[in-house]
Amino acid sequence: MKSLVCISHVPDTTTKIKYDAAGKGLDKTGVTFVINPYDEFGLVRAIEIKEKTGSGDVTVLCVGGPEVEPTLRKALAIGADNAARVDMDPTDSRSVAEQIAAYAKGKGFDLIFAGKESIDSNGSAVPGMVAELLDLPFISLATSLEFEGDKAKVSREIDGGYEKLESSLPLVLSCQKGMAEWRIPNMRGIMMARTKPLEVVAGHPMDAYVLTKKLELPSAKAGCIYVEPENAAQLVDMLHDKGLI
Amino acid sequence: MSTYTYNPPDYYNLDDLLTEEHKLIRDAVRDWVNRRVSPFIEEWAQNNHCPTHLIPEIGELGLFGPQLPREYGCPGLDQIAYGVIMQEIERADSGLRSMISVQGSLVMYPIYAYGSEEQKHKYLPKLAKGELMGCFGLTEPDFGSNPAGMISRFVDMGDYVVLNGAKTWISNSPFADIAVVWAKNEAGRIQGLIVERGMEGFTTPEIKNKWSLRASATGELVFDNVKVPKENILPNAIGLKGPLGCLDSARYGISWGAIGAAMDCYNTALQYAKERIQFDKPIASYQIQQKKLAEMVTEITKAQLLTYRLGQLKDQGKATTAQISMAKRNNVDMALKIGREARQILGGMGITGEYPIMRHMANLESVVTYEGTHDIHLLITGMDITGISAFR
Repeated sequence: MKSLVCISHVPDTTTKIKYDAAGKGLDKTGVTFVINPYDEFGLVRAIEIKEKTGSGDVTVLCVGGPEVEPTLRKALAIGADNAARVDMDPTDSRSVAEQIAAYAKGKGFDLIFAGKESIDSNGSAVPGMVAELLDLPFISLATSLEFEGDKAKVSREIDGGYEKLESSLPLVLSCQKGMAEWRIPNMRGIMMARTKPLEVVAGHPMDAYVLTKKLELPSAKAGCIYVEPENAAQLVDMLHDKGLI
Repeated sequence: MSTYTYNPPDYYNLDDLLTEEHKLIRDAVRDWVNRRVSPFIEEWAQNNHCPTHLIPEIGELGLFGPQLPREYGCPGLDQIAYGVIMQEIERADSGLRSMISVQGSLVMYPIYAYGSEEQKHKYLPKLAKGELMGCFGLTEPDFGSNPAGMISRFVDMGDYVVLNGAKTWISNSPFADIAVVWAKNEAGRIQGLIVERGMEGFTTPEIKNKWSLRASATGELVFDNVKVPKENILPNAIGLKGPLGCLDSARYGISWGAIGAAMDCYNTALQYAKERIQFDKPIASYQIQQKKLAEMVTEITKAQLLTYRLGQLKDQGKATTAQISMAKRNNVDMALKIGREARQILGGMGITGEYPIMRHMANLESVVTYEGTHDIHLLITGMDITGISAFR
């Protein structure tokens, strides 16, 4: 099975978010970046499939500048075979999807994995667009992937339960928790990662479809006022004073 | 448990000196510690439980003997990578770091450095995976700082030797499959032997009721006419240089590990001081607490720079025993003092298992004593600069 895993380079989940002075991007000072956790589910499942079948390979792909390469190296350390970086500043979902589709086209991938969303901009749009651009079937929010003959058997989460689906290959999947357990790269994997290929591909020249005009932090929460249960009258007075009732 | 998050200090941007590989290694071990150790370590320590169930995954991660070559099933990392691994493990607990560094530096290293090819191929791959665990026997009940006086002895019986004696304060001894034991031959020269569990006359009683390193198993090694095959003698070490070479490797790891414990105490105290309100202000706003915290981060930064440079020297094969002694002594003492100050910042909460400080403090009381006491290391520096031994 030949797999492509699309990876986003995102701030660690514990990052305190600050924006740059222009309010158009993240202030990256002191920020640790990681593999988008939902993408990592797809990455580990792709590696498991390769390990189980004993054949095939796993390529990881990220659209971004040289700063994303440590994230790709980590994916190689976890067990991917090859990495590719499309050298382009990722601006919006559509242009990222077009870059991924252009890279994948004609390379014969049986499976294209991505996360259900990236934890930075939470667009949830790229994998569906990639499927459309490559004219492939797409299953979102996948929680498991098995095979029966030449068909993929996929579970996905729906309201109150799971949906069991069958699809032909090639197939595009967006993954979420349940698809696989996260893996911590071992020392041998980290040492091997340095010798695995990391290809840099020029991005297709294109204009962004959507431009970010301004990023703003949510306004600070107002302080809480606690009213004792026996002081209901005080609460009513306060709401009156604020014109809320 | 407290809800504090680990945010280690890097005041002099030491990260910029680390390679991407070092950072990947550091972050992988930190991630493993966060998931598999930190949530449980307090309970293990309170219950005097050594987490031997982690051994297979520690082996799978490649943390046993990570600095040894790949031809023996090890990852072949450099010394700074080995250091950051020890730092991250000891951030969790000195007892766990002791288990791992005994295996790597005191069992695998002597087999690698002084063993025959047959011994290396027989033992190292299994030790690297954690399929075999080892311990190291040098200290005796009456010979601690003076190991040359040891009384354990073996006599030549033709195909085998017969070993008699006893070793004490041995990390991993209660569960170890093999022991690298240092004893005198009939000529009175110290040699290393690999003693295997199950050999008749070899027992490993546990030392109980410790107030320190409670998540690590410590014991004795007792040899009562143990027949050890001659092929188990390490052929390439004669004299005290053999065990002291192992201790150089282990002490280097300790000098990094102590920084991990110190960073955990500092990080906890800093966060607590900013959150704890007294007299309507966070206690971090008072000069006396700021003095403590500022001195802590200064000492941690100095220790980080010391070990980083020592790592460079070790990678170049230039680090001396005396330089390693200085780093071990300085950094463990630094960590112990930070533990005590951090405990004070947390007030009464500092003595509870809600926070890691009291456990680190108690652990470091062992670390400041084992692998060369605080005082002996100072005398090694003294001997190095004057050329005169003050302890013989």
